[in-house]
Amino acid sequence: MSDFPWLLAMIVVPAAGAAVVAALPRGRDLLAKQVALGVSLLVFLLAVLATVAFDTGGPRFQLTTSVSWIADFGVSFALGVDGIALVMLLLIGLLVPVVLVASWADTMPAHRSMRSYVAWLLLLEAMMVGVFAATDVFLFYVFFEAMLVPMYFLIGSYGGPRRQYAAMKFFLYSLVGGLVMLASVIGLYVVSNSQLGQGTFAFDALRQLDIDPGVQKLLFIGFFVAFAIKAPLVPFHTWLPDSGAEAPIGGAVLLVGVLDKVGTFGFLRYCLPLFPDASRDLAPWILVLAVIGVLYAALLAMGQSDMKRLVSYTSIAHFGFIALGIFAFTTEAATGAVLYMVSHGIATGLLFLVIGMLIARGGSRHIRDYGGVAAKAPLLAGVFLIAGLASLSLPGTSSFVSELLVLIGAFPTRPVFTILATTGIILAALYILIMYQRTMHGPPRGVLLADDEPAAAVPAGTSGGATAVMDAPARTRSLRVQDLSRRELAVVAPLVALIVALGVYPQPLIDLVRPAVAATMDDVGSDPGGITPTHPGSEGTN
Amino acid sequence: MTIANYLVLAAVLFTIGAVGVLVRRNAIVVFMCVELMLNSVNLTLVTFARSTGTLDGQLIAFFVMVVAAAEVVVGLAIIMSIYRTRRSASVDDANLLKY
Amino acid sequence: MSETLPATGLLAASWLLIALPLAGAAVLLLGGRRTDRWGHLLGTGTVVAAFVLGLACTVQLAGVDGRSVDVDLFTFIQTGSLDVGAGLLFDPLSAVFVLLITGVGALIHVYSIGYMAHDPARRRFFAYLDLFVAAMLLLVLGNSYVALYVGWEGVGLASYLLIAFWYTRPAAATAAKKAFVMNRVGDVGLALAVFVMFAQLGTTSYAGVLGNVGLLAGGTVTALGLLLLLGACGKSGQFPLQAWLPDAMEGPTPVSALIHAATMVTAGVYLIARSAPIFDASPSARTVVLVVGAITLMIGAIAGCAQDDIKKVLAYSTVSQIGYMFLAVGLGPVGYVAGLAHLLTHGFFKAGLFLGAGSVMHGMGDQTDMRRYGGLAGKMKTTFVTFGLGYLALIGFPLLSGYWTKDAIIEAAFDRGGVSGWLLGGVAVLGAGLTAFYMTRLMLLTFFGRPRWDDGVHPHESPGVMTVPMVVLAVGSVAAGFLLVEVFPLADWLAPVFGEPAEAAAHAIPPLLVSVLVSLVVLLGAVVAWLFVGRREVPVTAPARVSPVVRAARHAIYADAVNESLLMRPGMWLTRALVFVDNRGVDGVVNGTAAALGGSSSRLGRAQTGFVRSYALGMLGGAVLVAGALVAVTAG
Repeated sequence: MSDFPWLLAMIVVPAAGAAVVAALPRGRDLLAKQVALGVSLLVFLLAVLATVAFDTGGPRFQLTTSVSWIADFGVSFALGVDGIALVMLLLIGLLVPVVLVASWADTMPAHRSMRSYVAWLLLLEAMMVGVFAATDVFLFYVFFEAMLVPMYFLIGSYGGPRRQYAAMKFFLYSLVGGLVMLASVIGLYVVSNSQLGQGTFAFDALRQLDIDPGVQKLLFIGFFVAFAIKAPLVPFHTWLPDSGAEAPIGGAVLLVGVLDKVGTFGFLRYCLPLFPDASRDLAPWILVLAVIGVLYAALLAMGQSDMKRLVSYTSIAHFGFIALGIFAFTTEAATGAVLYMVSHGIATGLLFLVIGMLIARGGSRHIRDYGGVAAKAPLLAGVFLIAGLASLSLPGTSSFVSELLVLIGAFPTRPVFTILATTGIILAALYILIMYQRTMHGPPRGVLLADDEPAAAVPAGTSGGATAVMDAPARTRSLRVQDLSRRELAVVAPLVALIVALGVYPQPLIDLVRPAVAATMDDVGSDPGGITPTHPGSEGTN
Repeated sequence: MTIANYLVLAAVLFTIGAVGVLVRRNAIVVFMCVELMLNSVNLTLVTFARSTGTLDGQLIAFFVMVVAAAEVVVGLAIIMSIYRTRRSASVDDANLLKY
Repeated sequence: MSETLPATGLLAASWLLIALPLAGAAVLLLGGRRTDRWGHLLGTGTVVAAFVLGLACTVQLAGVDGRSVDVDLFTFIQTGSLDVGAGLLFDPLSAVFVLLITGVGALIHVYSIGYMAHDPARRRFFAYLDLFVAAMLLLVLGNSYVALYVGWEGVGLASYLLIAFWYTRPAAATAAKKAFVMNRVGDVGLALAVFVMFAQLGTTSYAGVLGNVGLLAGGTVTALGLLLLLGACGKSGQFPLQAWLPDAMEGPTPVSALIHAATMVTAGVYLIARSAPIFDASPSARTVVLVVGAITLMIGAIAGCAQDDIKKVLAYSTVSQIGYMFLAVGLGPVGYVAGLAHLLTHGFFKAGLFLGAGSVMHGMGDQTDMRRYGGLAGKMKTTFVTFGLGYLALIGFPLLSGYWTKDAIIEAAFDRGGVSGWLLGGVAVLGAGLTAFYMTRLMLLTFFGRPRWDDGVHPHESPGVMTVPMVVLAVGSVAAGFLLVEVFPLADWLAPVFGEPAEAAAHAIPPLLVSVLVSLVVLLGAVVAWLFVGRREVPVTAPARVSPVVRAARHAIYADAVNESLLMRPGMWLTRALVFVDNRGVDGVVNGTAAALGGSSSRLGRAQTGFVRSYALGMLGGAVLVAGALVAVTAG
């Protein structure tokens, strides 16, 4: 079975699924959802099977498929994964069905159908798989840009009141980054042409190049800007709060959970191995941005009144941690960064989902409209707390392992940056607990008091919530502040279980990514074996 | 007769046509000036074809004539409909396509 | 450090100590309402089982050579050169804590069955208590600083959940958040200490770190000590992070007894005692511990004198008593055992006092203001007697628990010698006097004098399920000190950890003299309290016109005010400013760029006039340009 084209299947299946769903007749929303769920579960199964087929002791890229595509330019449709990409594929495979079930009962804005929504979701899944699975830089670029299209429509067509502004901002930001990257991609081709005698976009070949330091810096910056926009580092971040707040919950989960990870993934996969000297030279500046991001975004999160914006800002802070882990150039920190990508995807995804469930009940995104929800919906409050605790990296959650690895791995090489970033954990406690206390604790407030009033008492247009709710006020009003339904429990249960499982026993995941991380560290000139302590004489006593 | 005379004539015709397109307002006149320019180019093509002894230039001249004929058909129809709606054949009055 | 052996027999199953209460918590939380009927029994049962197991393990440990076993469970994190195993270290120090946690914990579980009987969320309460016990056991049993950190934040979470147990009360929710955040400040210190250990020694296990302190540079050791101290201060409510502990009294009283008196808040002492080799190697770090302990001791005692809320008095008393423990462990090898002994006896009598306070509140309709008590001695006899014994133990009445352990600390402080010895000893003696004052005041206000009850309050004794744990703890309050010092000397039990107890060298002052001196000061404090409270009529509302000293004491030396004006307000201001900067500044640049592009494009669009002839001119110009360029290229 190992020569089965797993990765190709993981692109083709959701893309075909999207086409099938889109071709369904108008009004067959339920069927569309069922088909989409079936397809996404199949992709998840493929991802799991691919993980089984993956051999952690084998070569760096496995499950490879390669077809010559534009032979004149040395472009091939080459797919393959290392451990890092593989865990991202697992994350995608997990999150898409979860998002589909979570959006099951969403009502769409006027003139938009559930059918088209799930079709875009599936197409997005196909594109995201392509981004992580591509081993040809040109192919990566194509997926990188193509991924924008479904996300643009997800935000722009199905989002909140300011969705078009947000979608345009998202698109333009990403496009600017993508174009800068295109210049670097072409630059790489030119360099490879002059060094190898024949231009290529194949990652493995490009990795062998010996690029002049000056050129390296320029090419590095091209890639870096694109990735720094995607996994927003301050000051390239302002699109995320808008997109995160306006996107429908499902879109927001995939946006922050997976799509933004392309940026941090890109740092690890492309910036470090292809431009090791430039990475080393520019690392201090990037670390400055990362640490500023950790503290600045955390402070901003505290000042938000809109929960979805708040979570978006917390993600910017988390991306600061991930960047710190990557650009510390130690195996420990980079492993932590990869784990952080996964655990952030799960934890923040869960946080977004729970907030979405809250919004579905209260019809508002604003903290001030809630209060004392825990008394009415203890399960909802409990899951909210778990998601929040995972976000503030409490031990026992997967985020703790990743944050610990990032910080403990970065400390030996970059003590000052690490100490500054560590103080961010206080701020994390503040922004999560402030939000939790105001919405869940205390006496009933806001929408809970409006419970007995007729539905019309809260005019649909003013709440500023997800459009999904505002367009159908009458039905959801009577449902709100009920506790989680069975469907919602099915959405949160796997995520909660994973958060705890990976928090207690993360080693299998670490084993999966370790060879790839070590190879990356080797590329960038660090000891893949990890940090040498100042007093190594103590090793024997451990 | 040297080749230069033909080329000079073509250039003069082209200039007359170009100036006409730029300064005249009546759409019909502008149109005729465009035809004049096309024909001056035809003259040039044919001249060179004759002097080099190949058929390429003459062939292209035929293409130009066909295009010009098609253009006359479409162009005159547009002018007619503009005239019908605006009671004017001045090109300056048809300025809705802007900004 | 003595040689650590792999675990065998019962000790190999010591992970069950943690797993049992954890499983209890999981069943209660996941089981939902179905477990409402028997949830409290399960919760109590798991902790009792853990206690029995702990006892058995301790007995077995006594027979193990070197009295230290390592229980290796599984690989937690292994990447690069970092290798963190999930493992337990069962040695005399952790055994002492296991017995304290499960023993007092089991008693308080039993008590809570009665105390929370009428609370609809009793099951949730027991789930959180079990969660706490599990996390606390992990904290003391873990064999590395990472394991300790996991437990450390775990108890923080449990404490958060339990303080906010009555979350509909805004004060409770705020107190819980405050506790968690101030604890996190300390956690940063602990986390950084772990980072330093890994960077320097490549390991975080106790064996690897503490066995190799000698390799580290002096400055590094001091830094490690100070970082650990920061962590300890956060968890134990020590200066300057003490402000959360009194607020934590918003939680149910059993929580105050277990978490905020007997166990969790003493984790800081455990941390310092566990890291003894680090502090032994750095006298300057130890001095800071001493100073922190002395300052906190005084702050707690002074603030305790002016509180009217019975639980707040006990909370400040806890702050103050933990100050004593810090003082003791800060003294170095001579003080570790004294500090831990005081920790244990304090666990008994302070838990007993809190349970007694809970019993009083139970009978008084949840009133906590002592000015509305009075004359309860006759109404609540069992509570009065057990509380009274706890009181006597706390103030150091001769031959009761506090007498043995607190005097040992005061002696050790004087033995330090020199000016600092006298200073610390003086502070400790003064603190003992203040303790006697505020506790006597509490006793007089609560149990003696004329009843000042609210209308409709009918004080009554609590049910047996509550009084039995109080009686057991009272017995412990009376006997624990004597037992720990004379019968089963704690110093001998802990010898494998801290080394053999040093033979009493020259004492600065004869121990007997110290005892007499302390007893006199305590008596003085009690008499002064009687003069102030006992022989006068107590106003039901606190007098507003008081001296600045009393006002400062009421506000706990203005710790909250300082925190608010130095941290909270500037923080909020900074946050608002940054939100403005981000929206207007950073995002303004982005939107400004977009607006500038849009504006210039519409301005350029004006060139599109709609006049065909101008377009034609443009085309001609362009054609001429192209032709000119061609000519120029071919000619040039």
